[in-house]
Amino acid sequence: MNLKLKALKKSLWVYHLCTGGSCNNCDIEILDCLTPRYDIERFGMVLVGSPRHADVLLCTGIVNKKCLKRVKEVYNQTPKPCVVVAVGTCACSGGIFRDGYEMAGPLDKVIPVDVYIPGCPPKPEAIIAGIVKFLEKLK
Amino acid sequence: MSISILIGYYVMSSVILGILGFIASWIDRKLTARIQFRVGPPWYQNFVDFIKLTAKEVYIPENGNKFIFVIAPVLSLIGVTLCGTILFLVLNKNFGFQGDLILFVYLLTLPSLAIILGGSSSGNILASVGVSRELKLLLGYELPFICAIIIPAVKSGSTTSLVEILKYQQTNSLTIFSISGIIGFIISIFALVGKLGFVPFDLAEAEGEISSGAFIEYSGILLGLFKLSKSILLIVGPLFVIILYLGGISFCSIGKVINGILKYLLILVLIILIKNTNPRLRIDQAMRFYWFWLTAFGILAIGLAFMGV
Repeated sequence: MNLKLKALKKSLWVYHLCTGGSCNNCDIEILDCLTPRYDIERFGMVLVGSPRHADVLLCTGIVNKKCLKRVKEVYNQTPKPCVVVAVGTCACSGGIFRDGYEMAGPLDKVIPVDVYIPGCPPKPEAIIAGIVKFLEKLK
Repeated sequence: MSISILIGYYVMSSVILGILGFIASWIDRKLTARIQFRVGPPWYQNFVDFIKLTAKEVYIPENGNKFIFVIAPVLSLIGVTLCGTILFLVLNKNFGFQGDLILFVYLLTLPSLAIILGGSSSGNILASVGVSRELKLLLGYELPFICAIIIPAVKSGSTTSLVEILKYQQTNSLTIFSISGIIGFIISIFALVGKLGFVPFDLAEAEGEISSGAFIEYSGILLGLFKLSKSILLIVGPLFVIILYLGGISFCSIGKVINGILKYLLILVLIILIKNTNPRLRIDQAMRFYWFWLTAFGILAIGLAFMGV
């Protein structure tokens, strides 16, 4: 079991999930993590195209009413053990959309969230630092 | 050779192929990263990925054919490991028979067939798009690939035995040192890129477009087996081209082994450079490239080979 956990830590495959109400700033910052300056493939992290290949769901934006079902569905389709990361203030708490009419709740009201990375948008350094802190605590 | 020795040889060479395959696909990832001015993953990355995938949950789609869905990755793995065993027997033990070239070509289509079977049994729309592309691509690259296989067979006196092709190249010059040989070598490199599913011919598993295509429903160990067989194909394909065109790899002295590794790395780097300098083609462009350009040159080269040029 310990070997498998170690392997999981060294090879996180990320599925980037925009949960509906995002202004795309966080999405751009996530893509920045893949550029030569930050290069998260050093740590074995790659972006994958299907939630079934993923170990990490990187979620941005609030969950709106239309996407509520889809977010739950994508979470159910991700093979466990998986990690859910809320990137940006909107995903953590609702941000400026918290009183909006389409708001179905911040992410942790819908699916269990493991890591919160606040910021509007969080810098790539902040995203990497958040994941690294989580991996240190993971046992 | 008796059956039990052959089975032992098969198991041993499968393990060696797996290890070498993961290292080869690490070279691919690292070199790709260096070309893009990135650092790239550590050398054990693919092993770690495989161990992680074995520990993950496996989802089997409800509205698909469950038996074929599970059996397809195993079929793919069996195909490539059998190919690798044939090549190891030829290179190491000089063991072969008349017609093993044709058997090898049949076995080498098993991974593509497994992708087609697995994708179409998963019951996903995006997977069926990927499967239809893989099917067309299979028809596309198989024709020039067979042209490229006929050329060395013709040059070494119309034989279909890999051992005899190797022996001919040891006594006479290598196949690549002739006009038809050079054309055949280039054709086989491009056909290999298609077989491996690398850019520019990665339409079957275009990640941004149809989200991994035929592999979309695969998770856990089944996905791991597909990745493993892709990695082994990265060893088997170039090794086959080395036997046909560059005189094979000899294991009798250290100098010759290093020579063989350099030949392998030459082909691997060529494939990776093609992968990193080209955008993804549409399916009609890929078919036109394979059938119109490569097959035409292939038939021309076969004609030259018959004339002995």
